[in-house]
Amino acid sequence: MFEIVTTRANPMVDPSLHVWGWEIPVYLFLGGWVAGSMVLTGYFLRQGRRPGATSVSRVLPWIGIVLLSLGMGALFLDLEHKLYVWRLYLTFQPSAPMSWGGWILILVYPVLLLGALASVPPDLLARWPAVARLAARLNEAPAAARLGTVSIVAGIALGVYTGILLSSLGARPLWASAALGPLFLVSGLSTGAAFAHVIAGDAQEQSTLLRADNLFLATELVLIGLILIGLLTASASHAAAAGLLLGGPYTAVFWVFVVGLGILLPLAIQLLVASHRIPHTVVPALLVIGGGLALRFVIVSAGQYSHWISQ
Amino acid sequence: MARLGMVIDTRKCVGCMDCVIACKTENGVPDGHCRDWIAQRLQGTLPHLRLTITSERCNHCDRPPCVSCCPTGASHVHDYGQVVLVDHDKCIGCKACLAACPYGARFVHPDGYADKCTFCIHRVERGELPACVSVCPTHSMYFGDLDDPESEVSRLIASRRHFVLMPDAGTGPRIYYLE
Repeated sequence: MFEIVTTRANPMVDPSLHVWGWEIPVYLFLGGWVAGSMVLTGYFLRQGRRPGATSVSRVLPWIGIVLLSLGMGALFLDLEHKLYVWRLYLTFQPSAPMSWGGWILILVYPVLLLGALASVPPDLLARWPAVARLAARLNEAPAAARLGTVSIVAGIALGVYTGILLSSLGARPLWASAALGPLFLVSGLSTGAAFAHVIAGDAQEQSTLLRADNLFLATELVLIGLILIGLLTASASHAAAAGLLLGGPYTAVFWVFVVGLGILLPLAIQLLVASHRIPHTVVPALLVIGGGLALRFVIVSAGQYSHWISQ
Repeated sequence: MARLGMVIDTRKCVGCMDCVIACKTENGVPDGHCRDWIAQRLQGTLPHLRLTITSERCNHCDRPPCVSCCPTGASHVHDYGQVVLVDHDKCIGCKACLAACPYGARFVHPDGYADKCTFCIHRVERGELPACVSVCPTHSMYFGDLDDPESEVSRLIASRRHFVLMPDAGTGPRIYYLE
């Protein structure tokens, strides 16, 4: 028998061990979605698609601005000392992923704005010649390709940091995996691709995005497997953390909503669509988006539930 | 530079919670929160049971994860005694430090910033002991420089069997419990 009785009353930590509510998972999900969209936008720009042409890369920056603003709104709501948020931008703390994230967001917004500006039809910008010239310039081959490269780099940085943010918090064993950053990036890519292939007007782009999403979903499965293997073969605390998803309280929600409905079912449907056995449908995209949100909620919530098993 | 730490004799501690009340009084800790607390660990099988009472608080770790994850530098290692402190005016209340601390030693103050034990640095800099140490009726708590081999805390650690909380977490806690 080993029983601990404690007299402390720390409602932010005990008894739930939860410090982050719905705001952080929502931000991580929306940030990942924007990251994925930026990488896909960058890919199409580098493939020679012009922002002003009929391409999904024309729409994604606008949606990215809206989604990122909503996500940052959620992030702001989570802060307990809201009036001091500007302190984030008076310093750079290299050991703190949240500091990296704050500055990455500063990089991401202008890239999204440039992408959005380039997609505006020239006649709408006639009153602002300088802006019109910039938009026209961004539609020329070398500038568009360069914008694509920057978009890919900023998107990868945004997607990966959200995972590293959690994995750097060593007190929560479930997050102690270097694969969490790549998992969140690939999940963001998958969400971005699922949404993009629904709104894509160009048949060729739609086909490319659908096949890419299948690859992202399969990669997600591999990364989830690697994370669980890594935890199960580490210390007792890490194995117990993996147990939360393998028989513990988060098992059903993880395997049903994240893996089953969020990855396997849409992957199966999209494979049938890709092989032209069934017509294109919005259903798998909705499932992938829901699965991406469920992944963030389960990982953030179960991670906070996990703890070191020690004296 | 001194490296301040604490030694607590679990054979003397009776769990009276004087340390908890002294801390709340000295530091004006708001209702519903505490910077230190008492834990009782009951181990074994009947009739061979062992009860260990520990007075717990921030461990002012040598490798504090709350400091390395802080995005604004609000959580920092103080020059005096390498004590881990929070600068309230720099804290944005992101709670990363709460998630990073394996001891759950931190909480969000009702005013919005992260709060925790300071080893009563305002008293220590005046040459006094932390409030919890100064009131302990069984004299179970010791405080001093862990880097000074002649200090009382160093001599106790060198001469008595002891343990720290959650050594596997790798944070290098600086509160030692004598067995």
